[in-house]
Amino acid sequence: MGRKLLTEHVNVEGIETFAVYRKHGGYRAVEKALKMTPEEVVEEVKKSGLRGRGGAGFPTGLKWSFLAKPEGVPRYLVCNADESEPGTFKDRYLMSKLPHLLIEGMIAGSYALGARTSYIYIRGELLYVLRILEKAIAEAYAAGFLGENIQGSGYSLDLHVHPGGGAYICGEETALLESLEGKRGNPRNKPPFPAVQGLYARPTVVNNVESIAAVVPILNMGGDEYAKIGVGKSTGTKLFSACGHLNKPGIYELELGVPVEEFIYSDEYCGGIWKGRELKAVVAGGSSVPILPKELILKTAAGENRLMTYESLSDGGFVTGTMLGSGGFIAMDETTCIVKNTWNFSRFYHHESCGQCSPCREGTGWLEKVLHRLEHGHGSMHDIDLVVSVAKQIEGNTICPLGEAAAWPVAAAVRHFRDEFEWHVTHPKEATQPGAVYRGNLVMA
Amino acid sequence: MAKITFDGIEVEVPDGTTILNAARKIGGSVVPPAMCYYTPLKGSGGKCRACLVRVAAGSAKDPRPMPKLVASCITTVQDGMVVENTTSQQVMDVRKGIVEMLLINHPLDCPVCDQAGECDLQNFAYEHGVSTTRYEEERRTFEKIDIGPYVQLHMTRCILCYRCVYTADQLTDGRVHGVLGRGDASEIGTYIENTISNDFSGNVIDVCPVGALTDKTFRFKQRVWFTKPVNAHRDCGHEKCTGHVTLWYKGKDVLRVTARKDEYGEVKEWICNECRFEKKETSDWTIEGPAHIDRSSVISANHYELPVINPQVIADLPESTVRELERNPPLKLGGPSGNSF
Repeated sequence: MGRKLLTEHVNVEGIETFAVYRKHGGYRAVEKALKMTPEEVVEEVKKSGLRGRGGAGFPTGLKWSFLAKPEGVPRYLVCNADESEPGTFKDRYLMSKLPHLLIEGMIAGSYALGARTSYIYIRGELLYVLRILEKAIAEAYAAGFLGENIQGSGYSLDLHVHPGGGAYICGEETALLESLEGKRGNPRNKPPFPAVQGLYARPTVVNNVESIAAVVPILNMGGDEYAKIGVGKSTGTKLFSACGHLNKPGIYELELGVPVEEFIYSDEYCGGIWKGRELKAVVAGGSSVPILPKELILKTAAGENRLMTYESLSDGGFVTGTMLGSGGFIAMDETTCIVKNTWNFSRFYHHESCGQCSPCREGTGWLEKVLHRLEHGHGSMHDIDLVVSVAKQIEGNTICPLGEAAAWPVAAAVRHFRDEFEWHVTHPKEATQPGAVYRGNLVMA
Repeated sequence: MAKITFDGIEVEVPDGTTILNAARKIGGSVVPPAMCYYTPLKGSGGKCRACLVRVAAGSAKDPRPMPKLVASCITTVQDGMVVENTTSQQVMDVRKGIVEMLLINHPLDCPVCDQAGECDLQNFAYEHGVSTTRYEEERRTFEKIDIGPYVQLHMTRCILCYRCVYTADQLTDGRVHGVLGRGDASEIGTYIENTISNDFSGNVIDVCPVGALTDKTFRFKQRVWFTKPVNAHRDCGHEKCTGHVTLWYKGKDVLRVTARKDEYGEVKEWICNECRFEKKETSDWTIEGPAHIDRSSVISANHYELPVINPQVIADLPESTVRELERNPPLKLGGPSGNSF
């Protein structure tokens, strides 16, 4: 098993308390950072090649260096803990087990960006995690790692946790900022980007929980050392939340570059598909990335082994590839109905669309209704083309990426499993039997 | 100043101008439609996606095309930008898709809708939509709520452009209506039924692009294309109201009073509720003369005219474009378009 940088001490008794965390090398990164200049900290993160762990995979160091720094204007670091993508549950785990790791990363990050006030925006449903974080923050204040003049360095920071109302859309960075300001969580039109006009129209950086936590090992071991882990431009370790029909679902910290096949079948990780069944399809990075059938997730179209890296998973574009996304790894066995699964995903996006721009507001509902019809045996061949066409009308024409997130899984499901959709049209009676699944010419009841 | 090329026509506008306003400076049929953007309302735009255009070159410095279509109403011009609107098949296809999206849950009750004839959605669908539908599901409906004696809310017709929300925010103190719910269940409403009552509330009727907010005093009185618009003014005592309005006559009767609008349907001067709802006698007003009708589709029915492209721009047109325009003039409804930019 590879190195663990984030979750090394996760099973230590009492690691959520300040004393135990400190004993296991906690807050060393803060002490180290405070001795450096903020620019050096940013440089270190840049050197590490860390890419955003929230889904888009944008280099974190680069994002930090884009932050506008006008004189006399406050800047903010906001941690995006509004993790609500179906299939993704890594941030919740990290925050509830290692709250001080996030706080340490927030202090180092805020110092690097010159923020005097920082926020953790946490999903409303995770109220128990909020309490854990608040307790940890109080401990950090008491130990002099937050508040005025941290460890005598002259740097001061206030850290707040703010719970959202439990809307998926508030995980979009500008909607998150609107919500944090106390408004309705509607995404903003960009530009201006948050790096120029973010929270309270001030320069702001919004980072995922895991990206901020990863700053701690980067500072401890040095950016260059961190960059040596992983493959190519996918450096470091990443948490994957494996779920679905696996023998051992759960959170795994992987050095980027583990082959997908090894991740699914090796006993070290997920231990294969449950009940001795066959793998049918995988959604590799949370519900919004394109679904891939078994042949394409294990090997790329060119026949190379697919690796758990940003580049390898997106090899082949959306025709034969997918995305690493947020690391929500959903495996589906041969008894899974792809049509039903696609309908379920699009029901989620229909429910979570903010309703601000017309293609997403109307299109997500339309997709859901047509897929519902197909799943329940009332569809026609024309409907299959219709969902692809509607998905195409949404994609790329919306204010925020939720439109794409709703369109991609539908387009990919039809692309790779068209025969299954067609079977639902041609065999409505069989398809609507409970548990019926299309398997080539065989129907499994 | 920034020089941009819009659909092959060069135009020079001040820095910070949006692409849409640059196109409006050219005028004529190249102007992208706008369903939610409203010049007098700060912060409006970007929501309906009707005005999406393709930026084929970002600027003179960085001539790369933009990866996605951009909303022309909120994207500012850069010197050397090349924008494609009617010349891009992709833009036309996407626009067709936007019409479809806006119409799938629209009740299409134009025959009984007071807005018919001056409805932005009607015009938009007429110009860019198709005559058939692919939507077979039940349309979305809402419970009717009463928002007061003057304004009729018809939520099923709403396209959620947010214009009325911005109007209430920017014109009046204490907005009582807003958007409730989310996704396709979002609706304009007042939280715990409330009456919208302030001196300027009637202006939400003028900004509404569809028939979601209509005048209760004009409800079912007359189709708008049978009424005659006349400009008039009165000495209104209200500090914020100038008293410049358009009266809509049927015979001798003033059926309706609205604010004056420019060719893009944007209000020039806001008017108060007293002028709008209470003064419906000719003797209340000083008549200035017939109002000019631009763009609106059926009010000046059969008055087809050629699109008027700003003469200053025509001087700069390449000869091939001028020849092309002469040979194949796009039809346009309404009178000669004044340049309102």
